[in-house]
Amino acid sequence: MRKAFVETLCQLACDDPRIMLLTGDLGYMALEPFRERFPRRFLNAGVAEQNMIGVATGLAEAGFRPYAYSIAPFASLRPFEFIRNGPVAHRLPVRIVGMGAGFEYGYSGWTHYALEDIGVLRTLPGLTLAIPADSAQAAAAIRQTRDLPGPVYYSLGKDETAPLPGLNGRFELGRAEVVREGRDIALVAMGSISREAVAAARKLAGHGIEAAVIVVSAFHPDPEEDLARILAPFPHVVSVEAQTVSGGLGALVSTVIATHGLSCRLRVLGVGTASDGTSGVPLERWRKYGLDEDSILAAALCAVR
Amino acid sequence: MGHDISPKQVRRIILSQSRRANVGHIGSCLCVVEILSALYSSVLRAASPDDPDRDRFILSKGHAGLALYASLALRGWLDEAALETFCADNTRFAVHPEVGVPGVDFSAGSLGQGLSIACGAALAARLQASGRRVFCLISDGECNEGSTWEAAMFAAHHRLSNLHAILDCNGQQALGRTRDIMDASNLVERWQAFGWRTDEVDGHSVPQLVEALSAPSLDERPHMLVARTVFGKGVSYMERGIPVTRTHLPVQPANWHYLPMSEHEYRLAMEELEQSH
Repeated sequence: MRKAFVETLCQLACDDPRIMLLTGDLGYMALEPFRERFPRRFLNAGVAEQNMIGVATGLAEAGFRPYAYSIAPFASLRPFEFIRNGPVAHRLPVRIVGMGAGFEYGYSGWTHYALEDIGVLRTLPGLTLAIPADSAQAAAAIRQTRDLPGPVYYSLGKDETAPLPGLNGRFELGRAEVVREGRDIALVAMGSISREAVAAARKLAGHGIEAAVIVVSAFHPDPEEDLARILAPFPHVVSVEAQTVSGGLGALVSTVIATHGLSCRLRVLGVGTASDGTSGVPLERWRKYGLDEDSILAAALCAVR
Repeated sequence: MGHDISPKQVRRIILSQSRRANVGHIGSCLCVVEILSALYSSVLRAASPDDPDRDRFILSKGHAGLALYASLALRGWLDEAALETFCADNTRFAVHPEVGVPGVDFSAGSLGQGLSIACGAALAARLQASGRRVFCLISDGECNEGSTWEAAMFAAHHRLSNLHAILDCNGQQALGRTRDIMDASNLVERWQAFGWRTDEVDGHSVPQLVEALSAPSLDERPHMLVARTVFGKGVSYMERGIPVTRTHLPVQPANWHYLPMSEHEYRLAMEELEQSH
């Protein structure tokens, strides 16, 4: 998704002189295409994420469209209060790009994992969150949110992965995307880990269970009506996210089920424990925390039986 | 140039509205009166509060919001009668200023954030080839915040010579003297070491402030004007830290960071103000 982000931003910046790219001194072998094409609109703000968001706020007030880039926890958690009091309180079009969703920074370890950014930033009304599931959807999300008057946070995958089957690059704010139909159980997923949900759904078919897969890719506006409508017929729902279980996708699905009085049982799959000091590649982490396809399969089988 | 903004009148508004609303932060407001009077009478170039090419001002020490409102009212951008809602329910005039009030360019209140925003505003002016300047008023207590120094490094590195910071150096912070809490007695040297052009003025001399803030930049460095101020300036019992009607409290200027005035204290303050020149 990182490549898709930079390519899309370059395309947008050709037609929009307001677009700037700021980085907290990260993005080696990634941001160079923008820097080379638009050197006057590229700014390395140094290892100072709070100041970077403050600078972006001042730029946006004067009419610029600054995209502030860093590794996701550094882009979101460190400057959280600057985001709250800056672009959110001032309703300014600052774009914050958090690179490396979930466990994507692998052996870099716990400090680099983005497990709370969505839950934490979801507490800010007025901040749109986009969490694409693949590169094509990332490109669509960046294009479709370009002209929003308020701020946007993008949670982007670092790695280039295969397109999510059935998604075809669709992205629409306020909507949930059904990427696989089913009638026995609904798997609701967010971000790159959605592919594990699709893989689990395929395996469930081998067990005679038809699982639908629904992808949530944005908050604020939340896809509440879509989820309420889509989930209504299902007796069982499993939500899957590479995030801690409080505040993110599972929290949204729980709220939708409760407030709309849906008669389904929900299992929330996410990270429920603090760091134990170990690290690993995303697939290993997904297995460890019960988020990979076999864990989703097991949770689904347990739910329906 | 010149809008007649009388520091005495600014102080009248601060005292009367603080008393009516029964709120504190009076000492912090009183010590920046001349700084704001200088800015809004003579320094800031702004045809109107929504002129896109106006100079920007950020009150990073947002707890002096009432002093800003008073200055904006006397500048003619706010209806002074609207200040009667200061700290009333559903008011736009909180202790800490928020955008939406005419003349408030940026919200403030959380210390250590304003200078970063000012850096972005100054950089934007340069990128847009605009001659507008950015002024940012910070406090010495605010220099405790690490993010202040992130901004200090950024401004110097990017040679933001259109950025003027004013350091309200009153030697006080919320719970006591800065030298007892986080000693910063060599702040001028610190800002110089961070690559800023510095000078110092009497923060209660409007002519000195106007001269220092109006002088054209001679080099590419951002400008830090250290304004030596007296906490609670103009009300002698506040300057001395005396909690007149609360005799159980120790004598310390920090009292007047928080305390609202009693009716007796208000009368004493106004009498002294009216007798001053």
